[in-house]
Parts: sequence; structure tokens; C-alpha cells
Amino acid sequence: MNFRKYLVLLSIVVFSAAGDVMLSRGMKQTGEIHLQNLGSVFSALGNFWILLGIVFLLVFFASYLTSLSWADLTFVLPTTSFSYVVLALLAYTMLHERISVERWCGIMLIVAGVGFVAGGPSHTETAAKTAPPKLPDAEFVEARK
Amino acid sequence: MRHLYTWSAIAMVVIASTAGDILLAKAMREIGDLGQLRQQKGILPVVARVLGSATFLLAVLFMAVAFFSLLIGLSWADVSLVAPAAASLTFVTNTAAARIFLKENVDRRRWFAALFVAAGVLLIAH
Repeated sequence: MNFRKYLVLLSIVVFSAAGDVMLSRGMKQTGEIHLQNLGSVFSALGNFWILLGIVFLLVFFASYLTSLSWADLTFVLPTTSFSYVVLALLAYTMLHERISVERWCGIMLIVAGVGFVAGGPSHTETAAKTAPPKLPDAEFVEARK
Repeated sequence: MRHLYTWSAIAMVVIASTAGDILLAKAMREIGDLGQLRQQKGILPVVARVLGSATFLLAVLFMAVAFFSLLIGLSWADVSLVAPAAASLTFVTNTAAARIFLKENVDRRRWFAALFVAAGVLLIAH
């Protein structure tokens, strides 16, 4: 893991959360879509926030693809689930949603989950290849003497 | 009966998005480090290579199935049940599927992470 890779993970977290908040804001402006009139969902595409949200989510998808090209899925998913925390904080500050005690507990659990994997290797195959060579076994040591 | 419909939609979302994620990870691993490829060949050949990958296209197809199953599920039940239930179950199934199909080394640390995040997502949705 180098600085560039951490930036890619950060961009997954930031762009997915910010993109979702923009979609939410845009859909609140567009108004409810009724089941009888599902086609009206396309009118949302004219909304500034929806368009900006889609651009953000495209950046998120590109970053997600990039991360999967050098890291395990079981590393990327928990690490970037930090975006749920960012999303809750953005909803709290920008959309003025109320965050209950249960939600704060959920946020803590996710942070703990991220902590579990963040300290480990990002790609287990590479980790196995670059693992330190095994200590010389007894026979080898014996032969060298 | 409605419960059954809702949970089958959730199951469909979980299965399709797990298949999508696994195939996406497999496609990207076949293609190789995108950052290095971009430095060597430029951005357009990288985009062409990703879009030309059959595994990638199949992944996108599964993600589309997951998306429409989610929409159908939402028409039967509340978003506060369907979305988090699907998201948190997918964390667990993805971890198992990555171990089985991608042969990822899922140690205890990663299992704990998946379960903590799944529980956290469920709580956030409350």
C-alpha cells in the first residue's frame, strides 16, 4: 500500500457518500415518484444535484474498479464501508437529518470493522509472495556447519 | 405472503450483487493494476480494455439485475428494511464467496470486519 492507493480508497469513501447525498437532495427537490408513473423518474435527470451526483458516482465506480485491480474484495469492501459513516455525518450536517443512538452505535461498529482489516494486508496473494523467507530449517543449518 | 415476496426480492438482490462484485473483482484481477496500465498506455486503452472484458460486462449485468430486484423489493416493503437488509447480508455473502471463488485468504480478522460492518449497517438503518 502506497500513498496513491490510500488516495484511491479515500476517493471511494468520499465520492460514494457525497454522490448519495447529492442524489438524495436532488430527489427531494424533484418530489415523490408514483408507481403508476415510473417514467417520471427521467425528469429527475434534469436536476442539477442529480447530474452532479451521477458524476460523483461515476468517479466512485472508477475508483472502485481501480482498487479491485490491486486489492482483495474482502479488503476493499470493509475498508470503504467507512463511507456509511461519512454519509451519516453529511446527512447530519448538510441535510439536517437526526441521528439516533442506534445509528451512532452502528457507526461505531462499522469503524471497528474498518479497524480490523485496515491493519492487515490489502492483497493476500502478493502478501504470500513477499512474505519473509522461511527460517533455515535444522537440516540446512546442520549442513552449513 | 407479502413477507415471502419481500424476502425473495432481498435474496435476489443479495445473490445478484454478490455475483456482480465477485465477477468485477475477477475481471479487474485479470486486467491488472489499472494505475500502472494507465501510466504505460494512457487512459483510453485502459477504458477500452475494461469495457472489452466479458467478465466485466457480465458483472455489470448482474449489478443491473440487483438494481431492478431492489426496485421491485422497494415496491413491496419499506426502504428502511430492504436496503440495509440487502446491504448487510451482501457483506457476509461477499466474504464467503470471495473465499470460495476468488480463493482470497479470508482470515478471522476479515470475518470479524464483515460481521461488524453488517451489524453496523443494520443498526444505521434503524
